[in-house]
Amino acid sequence: MDAFYIILTASLFSISCGLLGSFLILRKMAMVGDAISHAVLPGIVIAFLMTGTRDSFDMIVGAAMLGVFTTFLIEFFHKRARLQTDAAIGVTFTWLFALGIILISLYAGQVDLDQECVLYGEIAYVPLDLWITQTGLIMGPKAIYVALFILLVNIGFLMIGYRNLYMTTFDPAFAASIGISVSLWNYLLMGAVSMTTVAAFDSVGAILVVALFVVPPATAYLLSHQLKTMMWLTVGFSIFISIVGYYLAVAIDGSIAGAIVTIAGILFAVVFLFAPGQGIFRSKTKQTQDATIEPNLFERENLT
Amino acid sequence: MKVDAKDVAVEFHDLTVSYDKKPVLWNIDMTLPKGALIGIIGPNGAGKSTLIKSAMGLLPLSSGYVRIFDKALDDVRRWVSYVPQRETVDWDFPTSVLDVVLMGRYARLGLLARPKKEDKEIAMNCLQKVGMEAYSKRQISQLSGGQQQRVFLARALAQEADLYFMDEPFAGVDAATESAILEVLQELTAQGKTVIVVHHDLQSAAEFFDWIILLNMRLIASGPIDQVFTNEYLQEAYGGKLTVLSEVSELIKKRRLPSREKY
Repeated sequence: MDAFYIILTASLFSISCGLLGSFLILRKMAMVGDAISHAVLPGIVIAFLMTGTRDSFDMIVGAAMLGVFTTFLIEFFHKRARLQTDAAIGVTFTWLFALGIILISLYAGQVDLDQECVLYGEIAYVPLDLWITQTGLIMGPKAIYVALFILLVNIGFLMIGYRNLYMTTFDPAFAASIGISVSLWNYLLMGAVSMTTVAAFDSVGAILVVALFVVPPATAYLLSHQLKTMMWLTVGFSIFISIVGYYLAVAIDGSIAGAIVTIAGILFAVVFLFAPGQGIFRSKTKQTQDATIEPNLFERENLT
Repeated sequence: MKVDAKDVAVEFHDLTVSYDKKPVLWNIDMTLPKGALIGIIGPNGAGKSTLIKSAMGLLPLSSGYVRIFDKALDDVRRWVSYVPQRETVDWDFPTSVLDVVLMGRYARLGLLARPKKEDKEIAMNCLQKVGMEAYSKRQISQLSGGQQQRVFLARALAQEADLYFMDEPFAGVDAATESAILEVLQELTAQGKTVIVVHHDLQSAAEFFDWIILLNMRLIASGPIDQVFTNEYLQEAYGGKLTVLSEVSELIKKRRLPSREKY
């Protein structure tokens, strides 16, 4: 049962991350996800000091706000200080992450947090932290409920916002021209990314969570001609790496989060090498199919 | 030199736009007529794209205002279409030609309303007008530059607007696409719709447009082509550095444009 709990938690979190990550990589903002995942650390520590627990709703909201603030800072440095985006990201998140590290070391005695947990997560302990109701009923691991709640929020957000996110990602100028607020949807997406990061960091750590945002959707991107296909493939890959990663960790007696991300990396490499159409060893048939309609001939027919 | 339009589609009033406190457009004041095919001409960095972006509310204005059909943009947005430069989007984006054209219908749909069968038919119709209906299911990464521009045009048509702002629709397209696009634009103006196009090629500008805006950070001239497209104004806009200018004005003379009273 422990194996099931761990795999389920990992799958739920990686699906959340992967779905949001699909938009991040299409916006060429994968590194903003990276930045947020680090920058929420001081928020997590402060919220922890104030509430005394690690999985409260307040903490998720508080830290998520810090993530949105990070996005704002990056935009601000980029626009006002004329700093390149990557430099703005580098300045912002390292500084906030460092602040978080200082807070942890200062309050080490009071905080049930350490650098190791922050960096690598403790998904192996998921089955130990049970939700027990006041009547003594054991409902199963808390992390699963958190992960499920986060996934439902994300799915709701993406269902409502899909079209506007699609338009602001593909052609922001056009989206703005028909009256959609590009920056509103940017901040909403970053808010969702922050919330998911905070919720998931307990299980997979602040660094490896970045991999869940980027690697499965990047793998799916190689295989997709449609955004919806890409998102469905991302869901499939997320479940796949969670299962295979868990058993790899058991086999080598190593870190579960590390093994999951390792499997994700290997999966990416395999798809990159063998993907039909775009892979290195692409099949010849696909290319010849594409060449059958001669664009120029076709155009001339239509014009005359 | 400025000719005032009789039946006004767009009014620019003392418009100044700056980037980083450095003005890129100075005191633009003009009216543009309904039903005309209007070209915005000027050298690189003259602020041509900035002019239509500021009309679409995509840039903060330092001063002045733009009125469309004598209303604020937000009141008439539904009737205004904007076509960005083709290079501003990622053509490797995982989406199909039809989905891009359907974006033109989304402006009138609510946040959750799905496109109806009618919307898809209109989108297909628009693709047909630009000769791209056979490509509707293709991923956009498989398109050539000219085909990308046609898809953008089809999306604009799907908006069924009355006023179109287009940023360099003729840039980097083949001759066949150029005439296909021109045909569509002329059809739009024949229906009484107004089309405002940023354009950089003087030779073809002389053939394409009814009304010309000559721009070089400030307004050099705005009016019917036969009054504006003269050696004098072109020299003023381009700073006399183009030998091609005199050839162009020769071209105009040869065309012997009839004076267009309707504007």
